[in-house]
Amino acid sequence: MFYIMTYFSFDFLILVLTAVLLYTILPQKARRFVLLIFSYAFFWAISGKLVIYLAATTLLTYLFGLKLDALQKEEKRLKGEETDREKKKAIGKTYTAKARRVLILAVLVFVGTLAVVKYTPFALGNINKILALCGSSLVIEVPLILAPIGISFYTLQVVAYLADVYWKKIPADHNLLRLALFISFFPQIMEGPICRYTDTAEAIWEAKRTTWHNFIFGFERILYGVMKKIIVADRLNLFIQEIFLNYQNYDGGIILLASVGYTLQLYMDFSGTMDLVIGTAQIFGVTLPENFRQPFFAKTISEFWKRWHITLGTWFKDYIFYPVSMTKPMKKLTSKARKTMGNRFGPLVTGGIALFVVWLCNGIWHGSGWHYIAFGMYHFFFILLGSFLEPVVASFTEKHNINRGHKLYRAMQIGRTWILICIGELIFRAESLSYAFGMLKKIVTGFTLEAFKNGSAFTHDLDKFDLLVLVVVCVVLLVIGLIKERKIEIRAAIARKPVVVQCAIFLGLLTILLIFGAYGPGYLPLDPIYAGF
Amino acid sequence: MDERLLEILEDIEPGVDYEHCDTLVDDHILTSLAIISLIAELEEEFDITIPTTEIIPENFNSAAGMWEMIERLGEE
Repeated sequence: MFYIMTYFSFDFLILVLTAVLLYTILPQKARRFVLLIFSYAFFWAISGKLVIYLAATTLLTYLFGLKLDALQKEEKRLKGEETDREKKKAIGKTYTAKARRVLILAVLVFVGTLAVVKYTPFALGNINKILALCGSSLVIEVPLILAPIGISFYTLQVVAYLADVYWKKIPADHNLLRLALFISFFPQIMEGPICRYTDTAEAIWEAKRTTWHNFIFGFERILYGVMKKIIVADRLNLFIQEIFLNYQNYDGGIILLASVGYTLQLYMDFSGTMDLVIGTAQIFGVTLPENFRQPFFAKTISEFWKRWHITLGTWFKDYIFYPVSMTKPMKKLTSKARKTMGNRFGPLVTGGIALFVVWLCNGIWHGSGWHYIAFGMYHFFFILLGSFLEPVVASFTEKHNINRGHKLYRAMQIGRTWILICIGELIFRAESLSYAFGMLKKIVTGFTLEAFKNGSAFTHDLDKFDLLVLVVVCVVLLVIGLIKERKIEIRAAIARKPVVVQCAIFLGLLTILLIFGAYGPGYLPLDPIYAGF
Repeated sequence: MDERLLEILEDIEPGVDYEHCDTLVDDHILTSLAIISLIAELEEEFDITIPTTEIIPENFNSAAGMWEMIERLGEE
């Protein structure tokens, strides 16, 4: 049996420090193998014998890539031998169809594996419910299938890699070990970011020497992530667990506080993990893509998703939204709809269909449960509604001389987005869809501030001191967010200070972490949320 | 620059300086919805097929980039 090694554990720290030590003392050619060995060791530590999934996925990806490469080379050779333009086109068509079949098979294998290990219990559970509703006494036994941690993330990486090879954006990798390292790179295997082959494969394989600059910058980023996780996300854990599990016992005011708290917790957990992941990779000289860009400054839901879990959003855009929109029937529909419904609303027909597919997949990707599908549909609805209403709002504001660039107007948009996002995250976190509706109903119909007035609100694993710490940290992070929005690089600014000042900042941050970190008696560390997806 | 391209762009998203703007995608002036609409129009007007692989910022960030892509795909 395996155990969960989280990024925020002593074990992971030892693993990273050992890897850094070996990485630093060994020559360049050996460094890449250090990374590969540590990547598989880490995966074995978190998934045990399920490491076989990762190895098999890697090998199959490699073979599918080579097959696509062979077909493309054959196509090129035959085209070179042919002089007739029409015959060249026919060769192109034949080989594109062959390559498409290989890609479809690969996608079926990888997405099929993901579907079987993650969604079998959910699917069989629903079939049993339908059978019971139909009066059948037949009950299908739900098997226990263990899913390797990180499968949702690396599956998207390998599908993107093969699609890019198929589209001839990149050549297939003939080096199995380089491909294996790209798929398994240990800092990002558990929770992403979802990397593209062109982003990281070569950079990881290059195994650059660890520089002092990268070490310090990486360390600072890790420290920042640890603070988010241990001071905020862990502090909220027991309170949120209790309210989401037993919401019936609490009034609407407390449930509202818990739902806002959960949105904050999810952000602190996931973005904090990304800080740690990106910082760790930086120590090894690898620049991973950013996954967050101050999401709570977003003015619309659509913009929010361009700032939150960015690599997942761009993956869905590139490998689902555009391929669905660009099929021949959809292109025809776009043209037709534009002519009949006009320039503003016409594109929304095909765009809406593609968005529906994207958000259905997004909901399902996050987990097996109707509330995840509801979460996806909730965002689909508001993004589409936003697109529909945009011309109406533009015309209204213009007619009434309302300045949409005014700070107050922008603040109102940001506030509205916060409310919608918090509701969405409540649906996401709820124990089930009926719990989500129950909680939302109680926020609306049973809202009181009584528990805050009589002080009973502060006894649910979250006392006044905790609340004060959360408020202070949120203000500090808000200021940091504003600085980042102005494209000011804080770590570079710190690096320009004298060494004494830099040391004082480090010590200060470590002291804050030790004093205000939510660990020890009375607290329960939060399991990595996104590792479960 | 072809006038027809500028007309299509003006029709899809009016009020933009297409002759000089080179951050149409980066600054979200052309959204994903606008791009799928634009592709359908370009294919019809210039009798080309724009594959998914061509949907990259370099091709859609400026009218000049789009025109280069149209000319290239027209020759294929």
